[in-house]
Amino acid sequence: MSTSSVTFDPYWLLFSPLTLQVLICRNYKGDVDMAEIDHFLPLLMTQEEEGLTCPIMSHGNVHFLWIKHTNLYLVATTNKNSNASLVYAFLYKVVEVFTEYFTELEEESIQDNFVVVYELLDELMDFGFPQTTDSKILQEYITQEGTKLEVAKTKVPTTVTNAVSWRSEGIKYKKNEVFIDVIESINLLLLFSPAVNANGSVMSSDIVGTVKLKTMLSGMPELRLGLNDRALFALTGRDKGKTVTMEDVKFHQCVRLSRFESDRTISFIPPDGESELMSYRINTHVKPLIWIESVIEKFSHSRVEIMVKAKGQFKKQSVANNVEVRVPVPSDADSPKFKTSTGHAKYVPEKNLAVWTIKSFPGGKEFLMRASFGLPSVENDEMEGKPPITVNFEIPYFTVSGIQVRYMKIIEKSGYQALPWVRYITQSGDYQLRSNF
Amino acid sequence: MTDSKYFTTTKKGEIFELKAELNSDKKEKKKEAVKKVIASMTVGKDVSALFPDVVNCMQTDNLELKKLVYLYLMNYAKSQPDMAIMAVNTFVKDCEDPNPLIRALAVRTMGCIRVDKITEYLCEPLRKCLKDEDPYVRKTAAVCVAKLHDINAQLVEDQGFLDTLKDLISDSNPMVVANAVAALSEIAESHPNSNLLDLNPQSINKLLTALNECTEWGQIFILDCLANYTPRDDRESQSICERVTPRLSHANSAVVLSAVKVLMKFMEMLPKDLDYYGTLLKKLAPPLVTLLSAEPELQYVALRNINLIVQKRPEILKHEMKVFFVKYNDPIYVKLEKLDIMIRLASQANIAQVLAELKEYATEVDVDFVRKAVRAIGRCAIKVEQSAERCVSTLLDLIQTKVNYVVQEAIVVIKDIFRKYPNKYESVIATLCENLDSLDEPEARAAMIWIVGEYAERIDNADELLESFLEGFHDESTQVQLQLLTAIVKLFLKKPTETQELVQQVLSLATQDSDNPDLRDRGYIYWRLLSTDPVAAKEVVLAEKPLISEETDLIEPTLLEELICHIGTLASVYHKPPSAFVEGSRGVMHKRLPARTGSGEGTECPDVGNAAGGSAPEAAPSIIPSQGDLLGDLLNLDLAPPTTTGPTPSTSGMQMGGMDLLGGGLESLLGGDIGGSPAMGAGFGAAPAVMPASLNAPVGGGLGDLFDLGGGVGMPMGAYIPPKTVWLPAMKAKGLEISGTFARRAGVIQMELVLTNKAMSVMTDFAIQFNRNSFGLAPAGPLQVLTPLGPNQTIEVSLPLSTVGPVMKMDPLNNLQVAVKNNIDVFYFSCQYPISMLFVEDGKMERQVFLATWKDIPNDNESQFQIQDCHLNSEAASNKLQGSNIFTIAKRTVEGQDMLYMSIKLSNGIWVLAELKVQAGNPNYTISLKCRAPEVSQCVFQCYEAVLKN
Repeated sequence: MSTSSVTFDPYWLLFSPLTLQVLICRNYKGDVDMAEIDHFLPLLMTQEEEGLTCPIMSHGNVHFLWIKHTNLYLVATTNKNSNASLVYAFLYKVVEVFTEYFTELEEESIQDNFVVVYELLDELMDFGFPQTTDSKILQEYITQEGTKLEVAKTKVPTTVTNAVSWRSEGIKYKKNEVFIDVIESINLLLLFSPAVNANGSVMSSDIVGTVKLKTMLSGMPELRLGLNDRALFALTGRDKGKTVTMEDVKFHQCVRLSRFESDRTISFIPPDGESELMSYRINTHVKPLIWIESVIEKFSHSRVEIMVKAKGQFKKQSVANNVEVRVPVPSDADSPKFKTSTGHAKYVPEKNLAVWTIKSFPGGKEFLMRASFGLPSVENDEMEGKPPITVNFEIPYFTVSGIQVRYMKIIEKSGYQALPWVRYITQSGDYQLRSNF
Repeated sequence: MTDSKYFTTTKKGEIFELKAELNSDKKEKKKEAVKKVIASMTVGKDVSALFPDVVNCMQTDNLELKKLVYLYLMNYAKSQPDMAIMAVNTFVKDCEDPNPLIRALAVRTMGCIRVDKITEYLCEPLRKCLKDEDPYVRKTAAVCVAKLHDINAQLVEDQGFLDTLKDLISDSNPMVVANAVAALSEIAESHPNSNLLDLNPQSINKLLTALNECTEWGQIFILDCLANYTPRDDRESQSICERVTPRLSHANSAVVLSAVKVLMKFMEMLPKDLDYYGTLLKKLAPPLVTLLSAEPELQYVALRNINLIVQKRPEILKHEMKVFFVKYNDPIYVKLEKLDIMIRLASQANIAQVLAELKEYATEVDVDFVRKAVRAIGRCAIKVEQSAERCVSTLLDLIQTKVNYVVQEAIVVIKDIFRKYPNKYESVIATLCENLDSLDEPEARAAMIWIVGEYAERIDNADELLESFLEGFHDESTQVQLQLLTAIVKLFLKKPTETQELVQQVLSLATQDSDNPDLRDRGYIYWRLLSTDPVAAKEVVLAEKPLISEETDLIEPTLLEELICHIGTLASVYHKPPSAFVEGSRGVMHKRLPARTGSGEGTECPDVGNAAGGSAPEAAPSIIPSQGDLLGDLLNLDLAPPTTTGPTPSTSGMQMGGMDLLGGGLESLLGGDIGGSPAMGAGFGAAPAVMPASLNAPVGGGLGDLFDLGGGVGMPMGAYIPPKTVWLPAMKAKGLEISGTFARRAGVIQMELVLTNKAMSVMTDFAIQFNRNSFGLAPAGPLQVLTPLGPNQTIEVSLPLSTVGPVMKMDPLNNLQVAVKNNIDVFYFSCQYPISMLFVEDGKMERQVFLATWKDIPNDNESQFQIQDCHLNSEAASNKLQGSNIFTIAKRTVEGQDMLYMSIKLSNGIWVLAELKVQAGNPNYTISLKCRAPEVSQCVFQCYEAVLKN
């Protein structure tokens, strides 16, 4: 019988900065030699030279699974057929926990706190099995001021092993409140190619929504969230007003998944403080909220002329904030000149971008930006890619999918009243325009 | 104040100073000192000299200090095992501490100290901790059992910890359950037959309940464990699927992938007409798509797995093409994987979009990505016939860009398009020829040369083009040289008048000036073909080519099934079975998908795919009759990989060399005239066995005719060799087909094997092993397959056998059970050998001895057989039998009946005496056999029959 995929064995975890030095490591299992890590950086460097990096590398029987965070590499090693997705999910979790502990995860913060780091590594994983990775719970018994809190640390928080492993008992607030943020990000790829369609066409678009909670509730409250989810209404037979079909829904571990599966009820005991309750994806075709047209004319050896038109295709009452249109320019461009009908534009040479910023962009309006750059007479030989134009924006009080929170029921055995506050925001995700001029 | 100050002490006498501080009376100073020690340890300094001093700090109330000391112990205990004993008492004491954190810490740390002496002391505390009232301690102790098992498996079993661990699966606390499952799975992995997890409907139900309550990581352990279970029937399968599907909504990508693994596996059992089957298919697509919004590394794992899923069940994602479109800022490894999946999903319905995207990618700057995009366009053309024209025109557009690597890549794929759609797009050849000079990569040059040769009659200056390549012939890579040779021969056959000189030139370059045996051999073959029979040459060289398949890089089905069972793991990322990259996993059972069953026939399926269930080994029962412990023996064989330095089997010189090379068709001709062509012979003698691979298939077939010149079957009178039979069909061995026979040549028993690779991947690392058998047959050397066996390649191997192996009586007596291993798996088959190959050369008995022996053997041991329809006279029969070491000792004629007395000696020293009655005009012989071991008589009789009738 073979059950090789169940266990996971990143025998050790370490952080090596670019200085080729192992910062800290923890050998969880002892069957991969410590010296194996010496092969990691040469492998990585070879890959980078070839321009073909890969998150899994191997040397002999040892496999390196790594991620990079700022200037640190987090590397897990194994010599078994480990669960690779678990390893990466865990490495990202480690980054999350350390960031919450030390604000920044970087070389210095590791060195400054190496005792706590060791303690955390002990709690996060045992013998290659991830254990408690919820930083809020960890903070209850692993603290940065170890000596002072000696008393508190003499017992294991029951939360660690509870079925409700994300919330401690005995939380108290004077005023019980829940803040709900519904944030939708729009991913859009526009193709603007005279050969295909002079007016531009939407190649692909989807909406990724998230529901974030900030709960300030006492005790162990039971929450139920109601959305205008089409599947729910279809199930219950009620159909009032607009509903939304969610393509795929992902939940925080606090949500009872089988309950949702059976009757689409989102019921849960929330983590205290901030958390991401759920995310969803909607595939429906979205009208581009900010429509971009661009003409980029390049006159070799002399100059490049850029014209960008932006149009707000959303309700007149709404306003898009902090709109940023980022137009790629050739790396050897110089002497920028800009003219805008609103906002201001600047040249960011280190990123080879012209960035046009509009603080406030009302719906239905149309603006224009013209830019011109000089080009050197000696041409740059290097092939340059054709990066797309990207757009950032944020539209408050509005969801593009029309999703709404219908209710948030809060039940706690003490019977207190609590108020839910809801906020909607639509923002840009991967919002790109590929231009074929 | 931060800890970083601890890293800065580099003064002289540091160790000495630390020693003093560690022994200080002040608690605070002690702690500071321990921190400094740990800091030094972290940066790799050797502070093991402080061992006793640090251990002295162990007894403290300060939890932080204790943790640091424990950390130190874990690091250095192995290098100082004797001193580590000093720590034992504190450990044992700490395991009784009122504070559960300390109890857990102690048991966790003890498990990490891999020192035998310590483990002995660990047992009692561990036993208590496994039953601790605090779940935090229990969950830590559960993992500790796995740690201890890793150090001393026997101890864990003797102490009954495994049973305690199994009990923990029913623990009230979900985290304890999860860790118990993880620990048991880990242990089970190293003990494939232990059936530790004992998965049955009841335990599965417990796991499914725990699934709803434990942490995300616990859910992964449980799901991965569930994936090893094989449900009894489709109903159970469906009910598990129903309870697993909610996990698809988990925010953790790893939970989702593990759930996908369970569903993909169990789905296999559901009838396709079931409504639920369709529902499940629909439910799988959205979570797979959402995985593409995860972090890039997780996306990469997801994409590698989606690549498998798309091959296994294309219907799941067939409408999701767009999500695989490449984003400008995707990392390169994500881009390349997306491209692969796009091609797999390409269909008539979406091809226009796909092509537009691919064309876009082909103008990017990343060379590898661009190359793959161009190649993808070609693959689309081959896959979706309706799009071929558009693809070709897109490729021509790309060639116009004159970007060197784009042009080369395009030419390589256009060659394939020509193969797939002959006589359709040749109008573009002119454009291709324009770019001849810019080709500097072997693959592109070879492709171009192939095109020129293939369409020589339509290219006016084909001879000039090819001649231009010929100038630097010796600087070209083998690939180009071979292609050039073939192309010029093609050209010659098409335009013989103008190109005679050219073909002479290339043949002499290939045969006389080259050191490359492949090239030389191909040259000689063409040369002889052309000089003996140009018509045959035309048929061979210009033969119609088999169509190339649409999907060129599909994973071989059995491997795909196995990989589906490993979704989410490294195997699924590498697209290789775990046995290919995990040490010590050889012989570990391969996972398989369960068989589809109707609900009524649930009882029939347990044999298939219950690798997870653990009891029955996976060896297909139909190949080897299950013989209890015997089978076990065979499965435990340690198959050594082939050693390249091992002794070469004693093949009989030239003849065998020729056989290896030329495959089945020529075998019967070898006795003939091959010696007549010394040049040829030399070529063969030197060539490695891979040659057939570099020849096009039709050429191989044609060779039979060529060599028929030698005339007729010239088999010398020799030992009887049964015809080859298929022992292991390809479908039972993941594409490896083995046929063969046994022979005795010059006193050496040989197993003559023909290995054919009918799978799509290359096979390597062949090895062979026999089970114990009646006459102690065993391989006398390793299986000599020195070169990888490519798809559709065949290789013949002679394996010399010895008779000194372990003996065990088989039924039938001449049954032989064989295990053959390659890089993919281990396969088992059984075959029967003619006992005549065990007849030794010195089997001629003295007459006197014969008479005495005949009398001496009791009559009960005599058996009589009839051989029918044999038309040889006694003289001829005697000669024939002698070839197989059956010796006639005397002959007597009584009343027109010839009585032949014969003796046989088996390799193990058993004598068989025979009396053969041959009556003139009567085709039926009577034979009496006498032997002290009468069991062999039946087999010996069979040999008589076989020898006389062949």
